Amino acid sequence: MTKTVISVESVSKRYQLGVINHGTLRRDLQSWWARKRGLPDPNLEIGKAGVKAGTTFNALENVTFDVQAGETVGFIGRNGAGKSTLLKILSRVAAPNAGSVRIRGRVSSLLEVGTGFHAELTGRENVYLNGAILGMTKAEINRKFDEIIDFAEIDDFIDTPVKRYSSGMYVRLAFAVAAHLEPEILIVDEVLAVGDHAFQKKCLGKMRDVRSEGRTVLFVSHNMTAVNNLCARSIFLEKGKIIADGPSSDITRVYLRSASVDGGSSWHLDASTTPDKPAYIKDVFILDPNLETREGYELTQDIILRVRYRLREPMRGVTVGLQVLSEDNGETFISLSDTELEMSRLEERAAGTYLADIRIPARLLNTGLYALRVGISRGRHDIYDVVDGVTFRVVDSVGIVMFLGFERKGSLLSLQLPWTVQAEPELVNTDRK
Amino acid sequence: MTKADDSKEWTTVIESVQGWYMPDLRGLWQYRDLVMLFVRRDSVATYKQSLLGPLWFVIQPLMTTIVFTIVFGRIASIPTDGIPPFLFYFGGVLCWQYFAANLNKTSDTFAANVGMYSKVYFPRLVTPVSLIISNLIVLGIQFVVFIVVVVVYRLRGAPIQPGAALLLLPFLLIQIAALGLGAGLIISTLTTRFRDLAYLTGYGMQLWMYATPVVYPVSQIPEKWLWLAYLNPMTPIVECFRYALLGSGTLRLEPAIYSIVATALIFSLGLAMFSRVERSFMDTI
Repeated sequence: MTKTVISVESVSKRYQLGVINHGTLRRDLQSWWARKRGLPDPNLEIGKAGVKAGTTFNALENVTFDVQAGETVGFIGRNGAGKSTLLKILSRVAAPNAGSVRIRGRVSSLLEVGTGFHAELTGRENVYLNGAILGMTKAEINRKFDEIIDFAEIDDFIDTPVKRYSSGMYVRLAFAVAAHLEPEILIVDEVLAVGDHAFQKKCLGKMRDVRSEGRTVLFVSHNMTAVNNLCARSIFLEKGKIIADGPSSDITRVYLRSASVDGGSSWHLDASTTPDKPAYIKDVFILDPNLETREGYELTQDIILRVRYRLREPMRGVTVGLQVLSEDNGETFISLSDTELEMSRLEERAAGTYLADIRIPARLLNTGLYALRVGISRGRHDIYDVVDGVTFRVVDSVGIVMFLGFERKGSLLSLQLPWTVQAEPELVNTDRK
Repeated sequence: MTKADDSKEWTTVIESVQGWYMPDLRGLWQYRDLVMLFVRRDSVATYKQSLLGPLWFVIQPLMTTIVFTIVFGRIASIPTDGIPPFLFYFGGVLCWQYFAANLNKTSDTFAANVGMYSKVYFPRLVTPVSLIISNLIVLGIQFVVFIVVVVVYRLRGAPIQPGAALLLLPFLLIQIAALGLGAGLIISTLTTRFRDLAYLTGYGMQLWMYATPVVYPVSQIPEKWLWLAYLNPMTPIVECFRYALLGSGTLRLEPAIYSIVATALIFSLGLAMFSRVERSFMDTI
């Protein structure tokens, strides 16, 4: 007999756009007094008048679904589709505006890796603290302590303050705690694994274990291959609504089709919102050498990826990363981070808006559809912003194929490598006349 | 699959925020290990990598007491009900600082923990309650020093007569904790909307101290202003605290009852506001 472990019933979540309040009592009173006398609000910024207070944005609208015990469900959808809002509601961090969620069993999510770690405390103390924050009792942690240390591979450093740990050790320890929670319901967000392949593998491995033990997993991902492999069922969210719910193979196809139709070759932050993040991406463009966006980009011309991002405050150790993926199977073709190219960027960057251009040389990417993913992060576990789903097509309208008169053999890259040819001087046999 | 077999109890029900809630005391009890781990973290983190370590807990009230003794005792010559000025101010400072620390630290609950609160759920009351306990431990350390000082004064023949009123001490501490926690929780819920209240709190606490008989005894307040002094629920608490420890001061029944009622009201209001805001603050902060 199947048992429903999560029941989400017509859940809606609204966010207020524009001015909720000014954050200080004085300005609130000022605005209220001005409104009362019918004067313009002195605290409204010029140019922002278009967004009136009270305009709302529906992050989730009437979302209803059930999950049975032992199911593995993939959640897919573009940025802003409502996936993270849904996760926040399921993990009780945010409350819905309407509807209800009923859950049977303990929920833990791999969003929470390292929450509450204190730099001055030792590894041992942090394991207890973090475990308790995630809902374990002291007795439970005692029982699993050795296992956790084994998993994290840090036994020699367990009584060293974690501020002396390398970032790898830190993440391993944090992950080890989360992985030993044994929740009835596990939530995994794949965005977490940006830029760290080993860590991603561990996450996915843990997911398989949990699934094979008959527990329930909710998996949020942009990687259609992973969703197809791991989840029997998927739910496709778009603009806060469930578009499709069913077997993963069908749902991922629906998602890919919709992505290539309206993904577009640029992405812009909704001008009416200011994200509540210390660093965020404002625009992503894919441009031809004349700096124009196009339907298709010529195989024989350079392609320029342009990212505009904003740092709210001066920040250290910030990395802007970028991946070019195949839209067919989610395979990564190019993966770059701006600090890898120039270590000095790890030092403090001033607050402000930045423009980054990345030039993909002509004849590198073969014809086909590609997706771009851009992210801003600090270290391995502070991810500030990720933009997904900007797609572009590389075409060959100059027609190398036609020009040559025969088809090239298929290949991942269309890279043209130097190919020198010279005639080898013939050996002249002087003996023979 | 039918809805019928779903009627068995759910572990968690998440609904929209409407009306008022009972404070999550059961959750707090379930997370009692976390409360104690937070207490441990706070005390360890305070003195790690510091020169004098836990001594700081003692130096602070001692320095304040010395300054008060010089300024109010020597220069202003405010009478201290026949108690040696140093002891008089020390007692008042300990009592007031426990209250002020409770209020100040809990009033910051939401703003100081957004990072954690936005990622994982645990009963939010865990944080303020752990702060109250941390502060109590600090008070305990300070108390040891206080007793030493009292013994020294007694040996030198000072007229200090702690009596049966000492038995009131645990009750007084509970009342101070409840009042500080209640007021702190009210401010913490308001600061999620109005951040400037945080600055006001620090300043307000200084003014409040001078409105409380910390640097003067109740017996020095003119009769016609007494009602105003007793409007402050901390007045009978500090006076009674000193009476219990040093054996002199003005005790009256009516202000004490009023103070207890005011504490109960502020404490309940704080808990009620906190229980509501803990569900919705992620949208406003």
